[in-house]
Amino acid sequence: MKNKFLELKNISKSFGKVSALERVNFYIKGEPEIVGLIGDNGAGKSTLIKIISGIHTPDCGEIYINGKRMENWSVVKSRASGVETVYQDRALAMQQTLARNIFMGRELTSIFGFVKSKLQFAEADRLMRTIGFTSKVFASDSAVVNLSGGERQGVAIARALYFKANLMILDEPTTALSLTEAQKIFDFIRQARKGGSSCIFITHNIYHAYDVSDRCVVLDRGKIVMETDREHTTVEQLVKDMQKIAQNNGKVREGINNARS
Amino acid sequence: MAGHRIYMITSISRFIEKNRRALIALLVLSVMMIIFLIINPQVFLNPLMYKAIFKTLSMFIILASAMVFVIVSGEIDLSFGSIVGLAGWTLVLTLESGLSPYLGVLFALIVGAFIGFINGIIITRLGISSLVSTIGMSFLIRGLIYIGTKGMGTSVVYLAGTPFYNAFIGSIWGFPVNMLWALGFVVLSVLLFDYHIFGAQISCVGDNLESSLEMGINVATIKTLAFVYVGIASAIVAVQFTLTNQIFYPGSGDGLLLIVLAAVFIGGTPGWGGIGTIMGSVIGACIISVINSGIIAAGVSYLFKEFFYGLIIILALIGHKLNEKRC
Amino acid sequence: MPDLKKKQNNLDRNQEFRRSRRGITKFLDNNRRALSVFIVFIILMLLFIIKNPKIFLNREIYEAIFRSLPIRIVLALPLVFVIVSKEIDLSFVSNMTFSLWIFAATVKAGWDPFLCMLLAILAGALIGLINGMLVVRIGLQSIMATIGMKFLLTGLVAGGSNIMPIPLTFLVDTPFYNTFAGKIGNFPVQMIWAVVALVIAMLLFNYHKFGSDISCVGDNLESSREMGINVSTVKTLAFVYVGIACGFAGVLSGLTYLSFYPKPGSPDELMLAVLASVFIGGTPTTGGVGTIFGAFIGACTIRFVETGIIEAGLTGFWTQFFEGLIILLALTSHKFHKSR
Ligand SMILES: Nc1ncnc2c1ncn2[C@@H]1O[C@H](COP(=O)(O)OP(=O)(O)O)[C@@H](O)[C@H]1O
Ligand SMILES: [Mg+2]
Repeated sequence: MKNKFLELKNISKSFGKVSALERVNFYIKGEPEIVGLIGDNGAGKSTLIKIISGIHTPDCGEIYINGKRMENWSVVKSRASGVETVYQDRALAMQQTLARNIFMGRELTSIFGFVKSKLQFAEADRLMRTIGFTSKVFASDSAVVNLSGGERQGVAIARALYFKANLMILDEPTTALSLTEAQKIFDFIRQARKGGSSCIFITHNIYHAYDVSDRCVVLDRGKIVMETDREHTTVEQLVKDMQKIAQNNGKVREGINNARS
Repeated sequence: MAGHRIYMITSISRFIEKNRRALIALLVLSVMMIIFLIINPQVFLNPLMYKAIFKTLSMFIILASAMVFVIVSGEIDLSFGSIVGLAGWTLVLTLESGLSPYLGVLFALIVGAFIGFINGIIITRLGISSLVSTIGMSFLIRGLIYIGTKGMGTSVVYLAGTPFYNAFIGSIWGFPVNMLWALGFVVLSVLLFDYHIFGAQISCVGDNLESSLEMGINVATIKTLAFVYVGIASAIVAVQFTLTNQIFYPGSGDGLLLIVLAAVFIGGTPGWGGIGTIMGSVIGACIISVINSGIIAAGVSYLFKEFFYGLIIILALIGHKLNEKRC
Repeated sequence: MPDLKKKQNNLDRNQEFRRSRRGITKFLDNNRRALSVFIVFIILMLLFIIKNPKIFLNREIYEAIFRSLPIRIVLALPLVFVIVSKEIDLSFVSNMTFSLWIFAATVKAGWDPFLCMLLAILAGALIGLINGMLVVRIGLQSIMATIGMKFLLTGLVAGGSNIMPIPLTFLVDTPFYNTFAGKIGNFPVQMIWAVVALVIAMLLFNYHKFGSDISCVGDNLESSREMGINVSTVKTLAFVYVGIACGFAGVLSGLTYLSFYPKPGSPDELMLAVLASVFIGGTPTTGGVGTIFGAFIGACTIRFVETGIIEAGLTGFWTQFFEGLIILLALTSHKFHKSR
């Protein structure tokens, strides 16, 4: 058994009075796996992955990469460890070219920092074709504004692909997509696993999650409330469990309301 | 053969597509030149006319191309006029203390870069809006100059004809040296903006700040560098300004503020950040300078000069807008 | 869509939160920025009085200040609306000169001054309307469009008037003059008009639909549109309001300095000083929030500092320096307020 690639222990994070995560333990295995992260709006999913990618610093808790405790976790360190994140909101610079977006922050440069534009365009073309977006409408030097929602996701994913991520994090990649486009993203995620990348896949949609994940983790109001392997459950079972959690959630709310009044 | 032709056509259309904004500005310039040529061909075919234009054009060009970086990064700098003043004063002070004028230029550059750096720090570290903080900086510096000089100007007439003078605003084979400096600055700016990682990253920063942060771009450094670049440009302009007028006065650079911004906007760099064009700014600067000299030559009272500035600015902006809508 | 709902919920929650606070705490909380500027202002005044009691306890200095200060106040207040709507107007000073020119030219031609004033205000409003149209209908960015307008007007006034000054001394002691620039006892009437402008602006901003609409527009353009606010009209009105103020300020300045004198290549000092008073007052450039009272205090602060410096025995050269310092310090302190 290899070391776990990533492990979070006792992570808590609050924004002012809002406690977004409470004592969360989370891990990604050493072998490539796809983990579905499910939860209601505001459950803390985005917060969790922002901690993994170093954007937020947790209030307390530890982060391990390949069994080694990481100090001063940051965006730079996270990237150096091979974590690549496709953000849910506003991930792209809309007026810039597709190629520039893929290489944003990590431009391919030659001497004195000059950008190898031709190489970037060629690589961008290749990547977009690999993912399966072979539109005739756009080229790698067209601005991202002109792309469809799915194509935009594709750009973000191509980014992760090019930099050969150990762990790819997709925050609600399918929300704005048509069914076929979503299916393409799933294909790509599976392909990436074959190539050796793990993936954390965030969604509201249980069916989507079940469809593609090896393991499902459910977050609810900042806590991990359930974790199942795909082999040990069926989608019907999963739906039932989720309903139970939602009901509990309702009860708790009722309780709070009662206590107030 | 046919394939080759198609390739040519697509590459031309690509070129047009990429440089649309600059080309609109070029169109405005051409129309203006044609009108002036029709009204007064004698004056406008006379090289002397262009000599007069070149005298101020280089300063507009240098400042307008540097401004592109700041505006593309989503910020604005309203303090460069005062930086021109401060750098000019630095030069004059160095001269007065008997040091080499070249050293004076070096000091001016350092002072300009330093103020740009302070601007950048205030904006990126304290998080104050650049529009406001650079207004503050502008007052602060201009105040310092007035306090230090007690409002008195300093003549540098004695520099005329020295090798130093010739190196900055003399002429080589009849071509004004100050324009060569401007040309060099433009080449540097284009290299930085279109071919260098600095330009690529600053565009991303102005386009989508959050995402740039998440992608690991050092936003604070990039923005600060842009302000430093404007500071350096202001220092170069200060040297030209002082030498051209042969006098340093404490208000130096005051009138440049809005006119340089206008050149940038006419040139096709929009105010919202993320995109911009150096060549557009150069053309915008040309438009401003041509109006400046052309109005009088065309027989209109110079008092109407600013009216035409305004007219051209608004028309050019509308042109850019229509162009945007079309694509 | 869900995003929008979330924002909507947030807005509602904020408003509930605001409503739940009452009385003084609420007032303090809503006007924190304006009040902090006010405190700085009071401290400054105390310093001036201690340093130079003879002058600063003397009536005359206030008379002088109260004659020129109103022009800046009248200009600064409506600018808050434009800035809160996330636009900016850099043409207001040239618009003021333009309106003054209309006023001076017509009054000199022997028209009734009240009518001339109306014309000046209409002219200012028209320019404001054009600004608004350029921004809202054609979709130009306000910073660019109003720079263009500034040049246009400056050139128009310079060329049209042939930079010949028009003296207005013949207006002195007419009923018109006494209404707008006379004295009640020793108190300059201009200042009363400035206070009237302040009250109108505060009513509009804090209690009128226009004020709440403009805050929403500046805060979140998209959701304002979804909520049925006529964004174009609201923004245009803000520009027109600035224009009207320019007309009025133009007349005031004509009566205060008793002449119309267009300086070619008009310096941008007044423009920057008025903008600075808005920002010092605590209206940020990010849109959605602002304070009228803050702008009022901001304008006072700058004007008193200018006077104070000179009376403290420093040369006028120090004024710009201190203005710059105050802008930077005030903004830094606002920043800390916000992060707290
Ligand atoms: N930057 C932030 N500042 C303040 N509160 C935040 C911030 N980010 C998230 N939150 C709060 O943390 C909670 C979890 O948010 P998030 O992780 O985005 O949820 P999810 O992605 O599961 O929908 C929410 O209540 C949200 O309002
Ligand atoms: Mg989320």
